[in-house]
Amino acid sequence: MRIAVIGVQGAVEEHVVATKKAMQKLGIDGEVLAVRRKGIVSKSDGVIIPGGESTTISRLMFRDSIASEIIELAEEGKPVMGTCAGLILLSKHGDEQVEKTKTKLLGLLDVWIKRNAFGRQRESFQVKLNVKYVGEFEAVFIRAPAITKVGEDVEVLATFEDYIVAVKQDNVLGLAFHPELTEDTRVHEFFLKMALD
Amino acid sequence: MKLEELRFGTELIKRGFAKMQKGGVIMDVTNAEQAQIAEDAGAVAVMALHKVPADIRASGGVARMADPKKIQEIMDAVTIPVMAKCRIGHVAEARALEAIGVDMIDESEVLTPADVFFHIDKRKFTVPFVCGARSLGEAVRRIWEGAAMIRTKGEAGTGNVVEAVKHMRIMNQSIAQLQRMPDEKVYAVAEKYAERYVELTRTVRQEMGLPEEIKPDDVVYEEYTFEEIVGGIYEILLEVKKMGRLPVVNFAAGGIATPADAAFMMQLGADGVFVGSGIFKSSNPEAYARAIVEAVEHWDEPEVVAEVSKGIGEAMKGLEVSQLSVRMQERGI
Repeated sequence: MRIAVIGVQGAVEEHVVATKKAMQKLGIDGEVLAVRRKGIVSKSDGVIIPGGESTTISRLMFRDSIASEIIELAEEGKPVMGTCAGLILLSKHGDEQVEKTKTKLLGLLDVWIKRNAFGRQRESFQVKLNVKYVGEFEAVFIRAPAITKVGEDVEVLATFEDYIVAVKQDNVLGLAFHPELTEDTRVHEFFLKMALD
Repeated sequence: MKLEELRFGTELIKRGFAKMQKGGVIMDVTNAEQAQIAEDAGAVAVMALHKVPADIRASGGVARMADPKKIQEIMDAVTIPVMAKCRIGHVAEARALEAIGVDMIDESEVLTPADVFFHIDKRKFTVPFVCGARSLGEAVRRIWEGAAMIRTKGEAGTGNVVEAVKHMRIMNQSIAQLQRMPDEKVYAVAEKYAERYVELTRTVRQEMGLPEEIKPDDVVYEEYTFEEIVGGIYEILLEVKKMGRLPVVNFAAGGIATPADAAFMMQLGADGVFVGSGIFKSSNPEAYARAIVEAVEHWDEPEVVAEVSKGIGEAMKGLEVSQLSVRMQERGI
């Protein structure tokens, strides 16, 4: 199995390490690659878009044609996971911040996204959440986005206050928080199981 | 949802914020228009300043925290994180910046230091801090004080990368040395690094004619005893030894002026790059900003670095470090 982590900017190494650990736990023989060039995503069995700055990642990902490879991979039914900025990029419907910065989105999740929904860095927080298929999970929100509305094909996996913070639409998984920052690899294990199916 | 389970400003959240900046370029800006240029070019954050370091250097006088109104205007202009600088040790400036809501504070040697003995106890803040360092000792002291991110000091406002390279090389060499040491020796290094915190106590005792010897349970900085500081620094050094790198994100800063400078710092192991005067003192800020962002992403692809460097105009003029009257890097050790 080969999993690609989009490596143009952000918490790339953290996702690589967490995915490798999850592979070990599940006894999967595979490799995890941080990708900054075209041609690798299309030869992978799954792709992760990490947290970082969505404006920066979007610009670099579309310029280097990695974006079209992600869309093709998703259409083939391979699993795609986005966390924080990654969730923003997977979304179909942006907010005024997305529009103002002319950030291009992949449009793979039929959700309405709100950037910096909880405020600035001093309002960033961590909290225990119940995440469907995963269980209770320590979720770290950093200048996090949130989902305000979902299309009918989207399954809600977790909510916090009035917001939706984790969703699944067939083979596409989106989280507003950062499972790669804690030692707990259950979210990555769930993602790998999607790749096995 | 039980409210007490919500936690803010933890080490995980502060260091996590810095991790989200990795592989990115943080640009110094002095107004909303420049901030917009930086965001459009793909900057991961901007540093809101009254003047860029080259102008601070040229104008002389005391350099202080920027006007909060200016910072607010920059915060309103962009969606990416906004950082701002406070003077070394100036707790009140830092609290004011936290109150405005900046996303990270740079306790910076580019401004005139406010305290010759101590840096801010950054653990007491909700907002994360970045600090400059020339060496492993400076870095671990700042990390022990709660810094969530380190950057080389380099020599700000010079457009000359030589000092940033020097500081990154010293850091890498120190970490390599540490990895060859037994733990008892690491403890001795921790004691040496902690010496800096006893300067105030020593100075006072000397003046009063008291014995200068510092005992382990002497309180020397904030509420911490010398023994606690040594212990804390020892723990950080063991982590550095195990990881083979700093336990927090480490950026390059202080003299980066071209796409190739930025790529070079990434090759030396920087997690990302701060560009101060290099963008808005160049002849074409938009082109320089975009080119440096791409050079940082593709630092290991010389053909990309060459391509983005083509025809982008003149870099900032720059200064020879040996001719400087003020060496900002010597502030706050």
